[in-house]
Amino acid sequence: MSGYSGSEPLGRTAALEGTTPSARSQAASASQSHRLRSGGLIDRQQPLQFSFDDKVMSGFAGDTLASALVANGVKLVARSFKYHRPRGIITAGSEEPSALVEMRTGARKEPNTRATTQELYDGLVAQSQNRWPSLRRDFMSINQLFSPIFVAGFYYKTFMWPAKFWEAIYEPIIRRAAGLGKSAALPDPDHYDKAWAHCDVLVIGGGAAGLSAALAAGRAGSRVILVEEDSRLGGRLLSDGGEIDGMHAEEWVRRTTDELTALANVRIMVRTALFGVYDGGVYAALERVNDHVPVPGPHQVRQRVWRIVAKRSVVTAGAIERPVVFPGNDRPGVMMASAVRTYVHRFAAMPGRKVALFTNNDDGWRTVEAVQQAGGDIAAVIDPRGKVPAEYQALAELSDLRVFSGGVSDVKGGVDGVRGVVVTDGNGRTQQIDADCLAVSGGWNPNVGLSCFHRGRPVWRDDIAAFVPGDSPKGMTTAGAANGEFSLGACLRDGHAAGVAAAAECGATGNAGEAAEAGDEIYAISPLWQVKAKGKAFVDFQHDVTASDVTLAQREGFESVEHLKRYTTLGMATDQGKTSNITGLAIMAEATGRTIPQTGTTIYRPPYAPVAIGALAGHHRDENFHAWRLTPSHHWAAARGAVFVDTGLWKRAQWYPQPGEKDWIESVTREVLAVRNGVGFCDVSTLGKVDVRGADAGTFLDRVYINAFSSLAVGKARYGLMLREDGIVMDDGTTSRIAEDHYFLTTTTAKAGPVMAHLEFCRQVLWPELDVQLSSASDQWAQFSIAGPNTRKLLQELVDPSEDMSNEGFPFMGAREVMLRGGITARLFRISFSGEIAFEISVPARYGGAMAQNLMIAGRDLGVTPYGTEALGVMRIEKGHVAGPELNGTTTADDLGLGKMMSKKKDFIGRVMAGREALTAPDRQVVVGIKPLDQKRRLRSGAHVLPKGAIPGPETDQGYVTSVCYSPMLEQWIGLGLVERGRERFGEIVRIHDPLRNEDYEAEICNPVFYDPEGARQRG
Amino acid sequence: MRIACPFCGERENGEFTYLGDASPKRPNFAVDSGESPGGVEDAFYDYVYLRDNVAGYMREYWYHGGGCRSWLIAERNTVTHEFRSVTAAPGVGAAKPVQAGE
Repeated sequence: MSGYSGSEPLGRTAALEGTTPSARSQAASASQSHRLRSGGLIDRQQPLQFSFDDKVMSGFAGDTLASALVANGVKLVARSFKYHRPRGIITAGSEEPSALVEMRTGARKEPNTRATTQELYDGLVAQSQNRWPSLRRDFMSINQLFSPIFVAGFYYKTFMWPAKFWEAIYEPIIRRAAGLGKSAALPDPDHYDKAWAHCDVLVIGGGAAGLSAALAAGRAGSRVILVEEDSRLGGRLLSDGGEIDGMHAEEWVRRTTDELTALANVRIMVRTALFGVYDGGVYAALERVNDHVPVPGPHQVRQRVWRIVAKRSVVTAGAIERPVVFPGNDRPGVMMASAVRTYVHRFAAMPGRKVALFTNNDDGWRTVEAVQQAGGDIAAVIDPRGKVPAEYQALAELSDLRVFSGGVSDVKGGVDGVRGVVVTDGNGRTQQIDADCLAVSGGWNPNVGLSCFHRGRPVWRDDIAAFVPGDSPKGMTTAGAANGEFSLGACLRDGHAAGVAAAAECGATGNAGEAAEAGDEIYAISPLWQVKAKGKAFVDFQHDVTASDVTLAQREGFESVEHLKRYTTLGMATDQGKTSNITGLAIMAEATGRTIPQTGTTIYRPPYAPVAIGALAGHHRDENFHAWRLTPSHHWAAARGAVFVDTGLWKRAQWYPQPGEKDWIESVTREVLAVRNGVGFCDVSTLGKVDVRGADAGTFLDRVYINAFSSLAVGKARYGLMLREDGIVMDDGTTSRIAEDHYFLTTTTAKAGPVMAHLEFCRQVLWPELDVQLSSASDQWAQFSIAGPNTRKLLQELVDPSEDMSNEGFPFMGAREVMLRGGITARLFRISFSGEIAFEISVPARYGGAMAQNLMIAGRDLGVTPYGTEALGVMRIEKGHVAGPELNGTTTADDLGLGKMMSKKKDFIGRVMAGREALTAPDRQVVVGIKPLDQKRRLRSGAHVLPKGAIPGPETDQGYVTSVCYSPMLEQWIGLGLVERGRERFGEIVRIHDPLRNEDYEAEICNPVFYDPEGARQRG
Repeated sequence: MRIACPFCGERENGEFTYLGDASPKRPNFAVDSGESPGGVEDAFYDYVYLRDNVAGYMREYWYHGGGCRSWLIAERNTVTHEFRSVTAAPGVGAAKPVQAGE
């Protein structure tokens, strides 16, 4: 025991005298005034430089940012959320509510990083948050003066009126003041990944119980995954030591880790925090793959989200020490007792020279020995139970400990930390003790969060004054401290038993061996939640919720824990109240005269720890946000400079701009005129395609379409319309009969998937007796529409001369296989969407690009023009064909002008419900054509249709414009619309009202077939 | 959530889509000289719209669109999301034929 005295700097002398490090390491040690000269799981041969608020300091490999700050004697690390109070480091783990920093710079800057989980690396840059101009002199700390008004419900009470002030004044100010750190506001340069893993037994937490469970399950032969959020296994053993199987705990951790690593059926994942428990044994975990290095290496991800499928899980997530609420409990230098031991033992960093200890339980007393062994002084122990636990009596006498009953009623100090602790005893006498660190233990809360993610309610245990897991999700058991077992021996036994049971339930039969042995130290506790005294006493350090906020909420009627949480924001910060929830509800229980179990906990929900949205997104961002589907001629179109549009997952050529064209309308108009006057082609492969085969294929199609298909002749195509069972139109498309028992059905692009699911439902669920088979052929065929008066001339260049392509040899609505020049068999359908002579040609998808090239070659002398979806849309509007905007999930066949297609002779999907009164009412909105009277006027879709001269309003509204285009044939804007009684109103002048674009004009309702209403062109 | 497809084995629920209650049967009727039989509207109304809101085990349709394209009947507890069974669904959605006037 080295010891130190007076004002001699602690670590500096110790480090210089006691070790023989390299020169660099000596220099590094210079800044580390609070580093012990030996011990700790740090590598003194690997000094690391870092900066905090631009001040350069040093630490060692193995440090966290928090432990390095402790080693450098830094007490003040943050300003609090609401009152901007100076704050320090409170814990040494992922439950940290206070020491949140902004990590890194530039595009990698990330706010609200817990200094206690951030591993130190060389060149680490961190900044404190929520302060201006500096951490020491923070302007907004003036909020403390106004603190009486910043109580629970402040916003609700203050910003009530005038109501119009909210958006313009209150909200912007509040938004500016709110939050802690600032995010980068630049695109994240890092990559994230998502992955699956499968196992028999998932062990969550690699402390004593977790190692014991993983070892048992692994030895038994089950497939085990052990996840540990820390960078190394061991849990509290790394901080509290102890003896296991006659060896030092750290040695046992090392041996156990080695054995687990050697087992091929065990996978250890460190830096991996489990954050969610989902149905059916699915767990989510975040692996911080490269957060401990400055920048991920080439081709490496920063973080990875794992979905782990496990037959069984064993939660060995330990327990979280809870603070006690007393005035000044948030001063920098007030720290959890377990954290003090972690910094001293694991990191060889001394949080203070004179440590006062405030504990209501035996476990807190461990701190005395830990501090003394490291050479620190215990200024006093304050234990409200009033006597020294039996286990520590000898130690207390030996070191002449000052022990007080009562409680800490104030903490003296400022931005530089604790200077003294005020103790008030049972008789109200106060006494001030000199100390520069106050270690606090209010007892331990088993980490019940994961076991409660399926709405399980934890169960209160009086003997440990804490909640333990109640009904865990199926397949999950809890062991060790997470299960309320607070002695090392019990943790090892409990973990072993849970590992054995889980492995056996997964069918493993190997020998799990015996549980490791360790002592069963006593954990006695007398609950103490709060020391009532004058001054701000914090429950939730991250959201600045005080004990008086909790009692205020109670007085104002917010007694339920869920109300308490929302009214005071207790437990709603990024730490989700890991150190504050139970204490808050205990204070509420006292205020309402109920017990803690009567008061209950709030619902626990994932994520257990913060997860970046980027990690959840993985690679699905920017252009990879979703998968792309490319048409078979995509690369050919891209090479021609096509502009593409996203339609669902597809990228489709929208138009093909030519040099000199000033806008898209000019390009589209050229494409339309080229088709109408010559010939053009368009890739329509995105249409859904279904091969329908079997003796009953015709009967099947009769039942899913409103019109008949069993009567369709082989070699013919027919337009078909499908309804949903409620009588509304689902989809349309052309279906051809290739052979007696073989049809080829097409759907719209958007509905390809849903129609396939619907057809399978009809086939499998409704009519399995029909001899019919379906296979999706959407991706098997490249399909091109070839349209225009010169189509036949072009095709003659393309198909084998033996094929009869005359109007008689291949009539309108003909469909058959043809041989192409070069010997490829294609399917040719004489169908027209454009109203011109048109064919659709299908070739196997692999020929898509070649097909486009061949069409260009075959049509070179004809001036063949590729056209995109816009020109396709213009021509369908000119012809009054309905598409997505009209098949909008509210229209009937009759609304679309297709009511006569509905067969009377058969049952079909939607037949009965389509006959309902409301769906056959005479005043329904039906498809019409709409032409602005002013031929220069641009019609816009979405505009309302009203009677001429009517005042706009819901009662005068008669429909709206669904599709518009500039028609090169009519040389004006035209559109389709859904208008009440529209078919009776051709020639009527109506008012077009567009309040969104502030437009108002008159238009004529007309036949939706604007161009070639007789249909002569397509039959020619 | 994991669903044990009887053809593909246990798969992730993202491969499946949900349709709902599998108890309604589609009325089965014959068209008689262009007319649907009387009462069939009510039967269809029930079939299309009326559903029990079950808290507990329910038989429901799932479609394995990301796998074998089978329609399945799953017995799932709507409270706990536990699956009791998953079977193929041939013919379960159709009622017995009803003759006109019956």
